[in-house]
Amino acid sequence: MTDRPHRRPRILRNLNAKVASVPMILTALVIFVGGTAWTIVYSFTSSKLLPRLTLVGLQQYDRLWETPRWKVAIENLAIYGVLSLVFQFVIGFLLAALLDRKIRFENTFRTIFLYPFALSFIVTGLIWQWILNPSFGVQAIVRSLGWESFTFNPLYNPDIVIYGVLIAGLWQGTGLVMCIMLAGLRGIDEDIWKAARVDGIPMWKTYVFIVIPMLRPVFVTTVVLIASGIVRVYDLVVAQTSGGPGISSEVPAKYVYDYMFLAQNLGQGFAASTMMLIPVIIVVVPWAYFQFGRKRRG
Amino acid sequence: MERRATIALATIAVVVLAAAGCGKKKSEKSAESDKSAEMGKTTEGGNTAEAGKTEESGKSGGVDLEVTHWWTSGGEAAAVAEFAKAFDATGNHWVDGAIAGSGDVARPVMISRITGGKPMGATQFNHGKQAEELVQAGLMRDLTDLATKEHWKNIIKPSSLLDSCTLDGKIYCVPVNIHSQQWLWLSNKAFQDAGVPVPTNWDEFVKAAPALEKAGKVPLAQGQQSWQTTLTFQVLLVAIAGPEAYNKVFGEKDKAFAAGPEMAKVFAAADMARKLSAKSTAQEWNQATSMVIKGEAGGQIMGDWARGEFQVAGQVAGKDYTCLPGLGVHEVIQTGGDAFYFPKLQDEAKSKAQETLASVMLSKETQVAFNLKKGSLPVRGDVDLNAADDCMKKGLAILAKGAVIQAPDQLMSPDSNTQINDLFSEFFKTPKMTPAQAQKRFADLVAKAK
Repeated sequence: MTDRPHRRPRILRNLNAKVASVPMILTALVIFVGGTAWTIVYSFTSSKLLPRLTLVGLQQYDRLWETPRWKVAIENLAIYGVLSLVFQFVIGFLLAALLDRKIRFENTFRTIFLYPFALSFIVTGLIWQWILNPSFGVQAIVRSLGWESFTFNPLYNPDIVIYGVLIAGLWQGTGLVMCIMLAGLRGIDEDIWKAARVDGIPMWKTYVFIVIPMLRPVFVTTVVLIASGIVRVYDLVVAQTSGGPGISSEVPAKYVYDYMFLAQNLGQGFAASTMMLIPVIIVVVPWAYFQFGRKRRG
Repeated sequence: MERRATIALATIAVVVLAAAGCGKKKSEKSAESDKSAEMGKTTEGGNTAEAGKTEESGKSGGVDLEVTHWWTSGGEAAAVAEFAKAFDATGNHWVDGAIAGSGDVARPVMISRITGGKPMGATQFNHGKQAEELVQAGLMRDLTDLATKEHWKNIIKPSSLLDSCTLDGKIYCVPVNIHSQQWLWLSNKAFQDAGVPVPTNWDEFVKAAPALEKAGKVPLAQGQQSWQTTLTFQVLLVAIAGPEAYNKVFGEKDKAFAAGPEMAKVFAAADMARKLSAKSTAQEWNQATSMVIKGEAGGQIMGDWARGEFQVAGQVAGKDYTCLPGLGVHEVIQTGGDAFYFPKLQDEAKSKAQETLASVMLSKETQVAFNLKKGSLPVRGDVDLNAADDCMKKGLAILAKGAVIQAPDQLMSPDSNTQINDLFSEFFKTPKMTPAQAQKRFADLVAKAK
């Protein structure tokens, strides 16, 4: 090239793009990173209603891990998280695969499956609170059909209440997973299916050995989406059970809110929210980086 | 066909979303009217909503002052409408900022508005430590001048109410009522149906419970929100162990006493209350009260604000329902209650209106009108209460005797109260947690409480 002498330094190349991304970079740094750092610092203080920089070491964390309510919340998050990840994934994929078989009324089905996603968690929670209410929900309907001893009231049984929340979460979230998976499946070249058919490979084998490996990036996106939704689950629980009966359906995000604003103990709330950040950092970030980053280098 | 179905679905979705938006919205009239519509008490809610609308359009002259509170049940809305009426009569306009839910939902919203720099004209808190830090941070208005001018010190009885509003010798809030928690509300109908006489104390109530259960009733109605289970425990504490015990635990934070045998009796009684209320599925306190009103439940341990609900339902004390202060054992009442705080405002005219509102709230006429509807006792001893009913008279008599204790909000920080709330909401819904385990944890919390 003849313009070598005029070549601009590296930092000025693609200047437009760089200028355009400055606001987003600033937002990310100031609001996300800055806010996070601020929260972590103040989680080591004894701040009550207003933030005050009086350091007390790990006192807030000690108290946090001695609190039965926090332990219940963590346990619930684990149950809800694992099960909703597995079920949303499996059901979402199965629905997408079924819809991909060129069935009739595909649009109708897709609409039906996706509709719950258009509702907020608050609405979902309220709907399922009504459906699962023993005096006028599923239980009452089945009993009115003559099956008098039928009992189905998960929201009023402390041992299984979290599964009642899980049902609502699945109902709401599976449609989106299905949609993403369906888009992925549509992206698979028709020729691959034809080639598999010519070779006489059975359909299930085609899915398991050819299609699913090809969908890997789609799966990663889905997992990140679902996982981030799980950690911050709050409104669903508030609308459906408000943490009850007792404290049996508490979740970490609700603990954070209640201690920050209700108990007027910011330090405790910050400590809890810092603990919530840790699984996100440990699991989601490196893994997503690894998944997305490797492809770019390759 | 398919498109039509889709449109129909979309319409339903939009309607549901909109409805939920109303339910969730933590402010203004929509929440108010929504809630009262749900309660089926259109008149009171309607009034307030109506009042809100006219003020929004803004007449010339007076000032619009937004007042936030969490009074949304039928009886409460009727009471707050009295404040609005009295304030509007001064030429200003009461902009109703009702926040649906309980105080636990409303307080965070109020606090974040004040700390976030968008203060309302006036706001409700339970007086005590809830707003202490806001006052210390200089966000609340000092009302000392007005208080001296109007001699609040002389008219407010008992004086502990004003003490709770006072910090470093300055007065920061207006107490508007005295609420006591120590009441057992009984449905005369339920006991009639069960064929047993209406009990006169807690022990008789416990004895009558099997008969109630046989008649297909829930002996004790109990809302599930954590403050309600704690309330039941505190009331049992005062009733069974007496007011000195209550002061030792909540006032002096005496750990040894909290872990001792006296308190073990209280925990045994709480265990009994837990068993009696096992079948109660109500969430909100007024749902539980309505079980008592309908005669589906034998009784409910609840503060005197429940009286407002009985009144709205047209029931008469002594005839349709019976009230036992201090569960009929130790007749003591708590002098907690609601107070209004006035955030510091820049606007001169609004600051002036704040003063007007403060004196209106304390005036004799408003005190009577408000408290009759609310079910609470007035904060001044010099008002005429001929209209008071049976239960209110019982309360006034106890107050006159001076058998009063302070409210937990006045004695413990919100942080400690939340921890205790958590413990009792767990206890009441975890049958395998023994009273001894609960007592041990309670004693630990008391030791650490501030």
